[in-house]
Amino acid sequence: MAGKFLSPLGLELGTSHKSSPPLYHLSQASRASIVHVARWPWIYHLGMEPSHQVTSALLLMLSLRKWKRINPVLPPWSWVPRPKSPWLTSHEVEGYLSLENMCILRSCEEDHDEKSHKGNEEPNCPGKDEYIDNATLVQSYSHDVRYFDFHIVHSASYRVPVLYFRTFSSDGQPLLLEDVEKELPGNSTNVLMESKWTFITQEEHPYLNRPWYKLHPCGTSEWMKLLFLTDPSLGGSQGVPVELYLSSWISMVGQAVGLKVPLEMFNKRTE
Amino acid sequence: MDVEAMGREAQKYVWEGAIPLQIHLHESEVTTLPHPSPALVLAPRMGYLPLLLPLLKPHFSSTLPPGVDTIWFEYKGLALKWHIPTGVLFDLLCAEQERPWNLTVHFRGYPGNILTPCEGEDSVKWSFINSLKEAAYIVNGNCKNVMNMSQSDQMELWHSVLNGNMEAYQRVSSKLKLEKVGDQYVGKPNSNLLKSRTNTGETDTGGPVKTGRIPVRLYVWSVSKDFDDLEDAPQIDSWDQISYMNRPVEIHREEDKCFTLRDAVKALLPELFVEKTLIDEEISRIELEEESRAPSDDESNTRNEEDVEEKQRENVECCCPSDDAETKLKLVRIQGIEPKLEIPFSWVVNNLMNPEHFLHICVFVKVPQAKPLPHDR
Repeated sequence: MAGKFLSPLGLELGTSHKSSPPLYHLSQASRASIVHVARWPWIYHLGMEPSHQVTSALLLMLSLRKWKRINPVLPPWSWVPRPKSPWLTSHEVEGYLSLENMCILRSCEEDHDEKSHKGNEEPNCPGKDEYIDNATLVQSYSHDVRYFDFHIVHSASYRVPVLYFRTFSSDGQPLLLEDVEKELPGNSTNVLMESKWTFITQEEHPYLNRPWYKLHPCGTSEWMKLLFLTDPSLGGSQGVPVELYLSSWISMVGQAVGLKVPLEMFNKRTE
Repeated sequence: MDVEAMGREAQKYVWEGAIPLQIHLHESEVTTLPHPSPALVLAPRMGYLPLLLPLLKPHFSSTLPPGVDTIWFEYKGLALKWHIPTGVLFDLLCAEQERPWNLTVHFRGYPGNILTPCEGEDSVKWSFINSLKEAAYIVNGNCKNVMNMSQSDQMELWHSVLNGNMEAYQRVSSKLKLEKVGDQYVGKPNSNLLKSRTNTGETDTGGPVKTGRIPVRLYVWSVSKDFDDLEDAPQIDSWDQISYMNRPVEIHREEDKCFTLRDAVKALLPELFVEKTLIDEEISRIELEEESRAPSDDESNTRNEEDVEEKQRENVECCCPSDDAETKLKLVRIQGIEPKLEIPFSWVVNNLMNPEHFLHICVFVKVPQAKPLPHDR
């Protein structure tokens, strides 16, 4: 592709590998979180192959533990071990990161404002005492509530994390993909449809025997490779700390589903 | 017949394999009397149930209530996942393979909360191509070969699967350059083809690694009550009773050792194999020694040898003596057969895989009864 490389998620990744590092093209929030992480000691080099793949679910679990230790105020992600017979173990840790019942207020405007509005949010999610990210509760006059369940599952085939999600309206009715796509930022939808590398489909959850929406992983390692190779300070070919990989991945993926803020693994306050 | 020829013959049997189905229309969708007779269909092993719509619709159309058709199937109350090949469903859900296989068909009331949507042939084709891409990614590290297929090649490939045409399939799929797994049974592994990738991410430097990861889909059915005959095997009421593992097998090559089917199953389900085999081998070895020391007549010698042989055969099957506290591998079924576990895995993959390049393996396991399994509540 000549000219600008527009990733399927609407992120501009720069015009060439040698030009300005991709940091400048990522969203404000993502950039802050990546810089934050880059200062940590690089502990988890396990299994980071040069092609920037995540070789096991164990790394997802370890990352979550680390995040929680460092940042106690997070969306309530949890690690859920795979439901199965305890005698059928395998070498691999199996399970997924889960964030459920995320309450998103659907606003009338297309773009979600990221500035936090202190003091005038009304958590409008009945019966939910989960953490609600301040930055999403922007329009207190909005009338539609959406609930999202997010699972991050490790794909042994593609060796990347894969996002599965479902969404419900306030009366518990599952939403159709067409409705979900309407919610996405305009740029994202067009690019999603044009790209043959990334799209949202309805597929069976790898463990739960139910249909979930899935963000197709095929292009993930290519994007991540591009992302990390263009900035040597992020580790490049030697491998990157997995938390950095995952925070970047979640920023990108979050944008595809129009929810970059709740999926942020980092508190946006600057330290 | 040489090994190559045997392989080709196996492939032919697999491609021509079909499951005889006796398909009954669900009660709730019968609007005429007398009830329509069940449809008798030979469904290709390598095919998918929704593709039977053109055969079934004419048979039942006169009795169906008005509405839009969304075909789905069930077996004894279990809604069947349409994206699993027909042969695999049969191998997995029918321990004692029932012929004809009695299924119930629905044209209405698609259970969208349980089954992913299926809008006819296009959905099945998409699922097939998607799996093929995944297999390509596993083998080659990218799915370029599938993504770059011309429209006409893609159509030809799909039609060859639809029609069960092995020659047409092999003609088109050879363009994909998904390399066969290297020969292992000569005892001298082809080191270029089979560089292994360990979990710590070490790879041999230089040169793209082609094979080493094999696309496998494993279906494990575990029961807590042992059974001797397959016809006594309990019913599968829910998909939650089956552990589905969509995980590539990494071939770890050892000098002078062939990577067998057992090695592959062991790589995916190590719990079933490791210690028990060693213990049994140790017991057999000790018994053999004792037998050779004790004076005995010919008859008792033979008997004892047979006992030891029996035990060793059990080792080979990785079964422990009957014991409720043990985990026992009951059956490994691939394309309707129970291959000997000693067979080189490469042969199994190259000749018994499905057209989307996945090898589907059904495993029946008896697990300890002591603790309740989640689905037993």
